[in-house]
Parts: sequence; C-alpha cells; structure tokens
Amino acid sequence: MEVGMHTDSKSRAETGAESGPRGPGCSLRHFACEQNLLSRPDGSASFMQGVAEKSREQLIRNTCEAVVLGALHPRTSITVVLQVISDAGSLLACCLNAACMALVDAGVPMRALFCGVTCALDADGTLVLDPTAKQEKEARAVLTFALDSVERKLLMSTTKGLYSDAELQQCLAAAQTASQHVFRFYRESLQRRYSKS
Amino acid sequence: MAEAAAVAAESLAGGRARAARTVLNQVVLPGEELLLPEQEDAEGPGGGGERPLRLNAGARSRVRVVCGPGLRRCGDRLLVTKCGRLRHKEPGSGSGGGVYWVDSQQKRYVPVKGDHVIGIVTAKSGDIFKVDVGGSEPASLSYLAFEGATKRNRPNVQVGDLIYGQFVVANKDMEPEMVCIDSCGRANGMGVIGHDGLLFKVTLGLIRKLLAPDCEIIQEVGKLYPLEIVFGMNGRIWVKAKTIQQTLILANILEACEHMTTDQRKQIFSRLAES
Repeated sequence: MEVGMHTDSKSRAETGAESGPRGPGCSLRHFACEQNLLSRPDGSASFMQGVAEKSREQLIRNTCEAVVLGALHPRTSITVVLQVISDAGSLLACCLNAACMALVDAGVPMRALFCGVTCALDADGTLVLDPTAKQEKEARAVLTFALDSVERKLLMSTTKGLYSDAELQQCLAAAQTASQHVFRFYRESLQRRYSKS
Repeated sequence: MAEAAAVAAESLAGGRARAARTVLNQVVLPGEELLLPEQEDAEGPGGGGERPLRLNAGARSRVRVVCGPGLRRCGDRLLVTKCGRLRHKEPGSGSGGGVYWVDSQQKRYVPVKGDHVIGIVTAKSGDIFKVDVGGSEPASLSYLAFEGATKRNRPNVQVGDLIYGQFVVANKDMEPEMVCIDSCGRANGMGVIGHDGLLFKVTLGLIRKLLAPDCEIIQEVGKLYPLEIVFGMNGRIWVKAKTIQQTLILANILEACEHMTTDQRKQIFSRLAES
C-alpha cells in the first residue's frame, strides 16, 4: 500500500476544506485540507497549517503503528510518503495531521484518529500553540504532542529545550484542548467529501 | 473557563458511545463506538441510570447483529475502523438484527471470499496460475478450476490474459485462491475474458454503485452503443464496444461517473446520443 501527501505550512487560500481561527483562547492558524488528489497511490491528502530526519520519521511511524489495526493486514507493508512543500513552523504536527488524513483516505483500518499539536514556551513562560518558525526559534522550549481522538490520550511526545514539570502539564492540557478543534476540522472535511457522493 | 467547558461538551468522537440507529446514513469516523438497539435501554440518559427491574434478571433478549466492513466488535459494542457512511439492512427472514456496515470510498481492494474479480495472469508455474487481483499478494488459480478442464484437456490460458473468477479462499492469514467455476462445476460467465477491449480501474465505491440492482447508469450506457462489460469487485472494469473510439468513450464516461451529478450525466449522454 502506498499513501502520499504534501505538507505545506504556509497560509494561503486553497480549494478543499478550510477553517479559520477558532474561538478566544485558541490561537491555531488557518487550516486547509484536500483529499484524494493523487491518482496513483491508494490514498492521498494535502494538509496546510498556518503556515531530524530519521528521528522525525520514526516518531511519525510509531504514532501510526499505535493507531493502525495491523493485525488485519499481516505480511503487508504500509508505506507512508511525506513530501514537505514548505516549512513555516510546527512541521512535525503538520506531518502527523497529513499522515492521519491520508491513512483515512486510503481506507486503512484504524482504532482512532490522531492529530499533532505543537506548543512553544518563550522566555517569560508564555505558552504559544502552533508556533511559526520564528516563534519556534526564539522559544525556550518546543513541545510536540500526538493525541488520539477517542480519549485525547497521548500517543507520542517530543520535546526540545528547558521546561519544568508544571509547564509540561500545562502544555499538554492546552494541546488536548486544541486537538478538539483539529478533530472537528477532520470531521467537517470528511463530511464534505462524503456529501458529494 | 466557560469557553473550554463549552468546547469540551461538544467534543466529537470521544467518550460517549452513540446508538447506532441515530447515526444511520451519517458519516462516522474511526474510533467511534456504537451501541446496538438492545443496549440503549440499559444505558439510560446520562450513562449511569438505573436498570429497569426484570423478572428474569439473568436472561436478556439478544439480537444477533452482523458486523460488516468497517466495523469491529469491541466488547458488546461496535467500533468504527473506517471513515464512511453507516448503513443498516434489515434481516430478510425475520431472525437476527440485520447487518451494519460502513460505506467507505477507497481504491485499495482487500480480497473477500465469494467476490467476483477480474485478475491478470502474471505467472504459470506447474499446475497453478498466479493472478494479480490488486491485493497485497497474487491469488492462485488451479488449471483444473475451469469448466470442462481435465488433466489431459488443459485450458488455454497465457500470461497476460484477463480472468474473471471468484474467491474460494480469502482471509488475512492465507494466500487467496480463486476459481472459474461455481459450486456446480459450471462456468457461469467466469473464465478467460476475450483479447480485445479495455481494462481500467475505478474506485470500489463506484463498482458497488454500478452493480446495485436498479442502476440507471448501466441502463443509459446500454442504450448508447452495443457493448460487453465485465465488473470486478476489485475496482476493475473491462469494456468492449464495436470500435476503439466507442470503447474509449465508454471508459471515460464510467470513470467520470464518480464525480458527476445525475443531471450532468444525463446531459453528456444526450449529447453523445445525438452525435
């Protein structure tokens, strides 16, 4: 099986499903998503947000393995191909979102959906969700979480920088709240796709 | 924080399981849990309601529900594993609770026992043909599984031929096996497909739509040109008309049917009928 996708963190108007920033207290950037845009792979999705390499792949792979029902497809390899079109911050979270949408598009059986959310802590301890590249560079710590859709459990976390235990819990709570917006966006864009048929 | 609480209250696909019949024909996402009809009384509003007193506390009437593609049994609930619309079919003969399944759009075929598929012969080794059916491994087809085939009278099948057959063995643990005869030993339309014509691929959802009992698309296509057409449940369609141009037109129409609405389709057909 092959699943291909483009990740693009730049904010621009795009056909397909879109959403604007949602509600006070949540400062996520503009999302846009398009599904089934490549004809040759079994499934494909394009996810735009806002706007390590061996280790980054390993993180995404571990997240996918935790969620995909591999027992239904023994002796089968599922290949996920990610192509970065541009990186404007929160790249890993964007990759996770794109991987999830592409797996859903390919019809791979999964026990839940997952999403990625990035938090940045700057020098004052202020929490910024979904930071831009500039905010990430100037931050004291950058934390990325992958959360599942059923109970907002943590599937994967990767962090860089200095932070205290209390700050970690705070970031995780903020990420869990933000993930609801991402999952709502998934639901809307999938409903739009199925409403055409 | 009032906003956070409000957001949490309208959270989707998490926590509370919903009754299956309230979600029928709606889009469901992987990870959702569905309750079957007999369990709704026990759940009650708020989840922790009291159980109604029953005289025979032990025996609860159980309805046997069949769990179709896209759903898995999780305890005594259904877990959705694919994204799509939830469908339900009432039982015909009155026993059991019917079938639930998820109607999803995907391109990848997974072999299922009993499906009729179009395969391409890729290798001939001894008594077995290897046939590519679009799954993760090629299916095996014995040379004796054709109508009228015996050890002396072998069927005329070459590498590269198209075969229409059905699966007799297809599960995740074993290599799929297919045959070109039915249980009575008759071909029933199966076997090698002729050499001309065009084979092309469409999504699995379109095939199911075209094979539905009262599909208008096929009736309209039949009125356009005389044609031969074979549908494989693995997303492959073989079509043959009198000239190459007509064959290509038919192939394009069938591929485009997925994205067109009924009116657009009727327009195209009327335009083709005139020319």
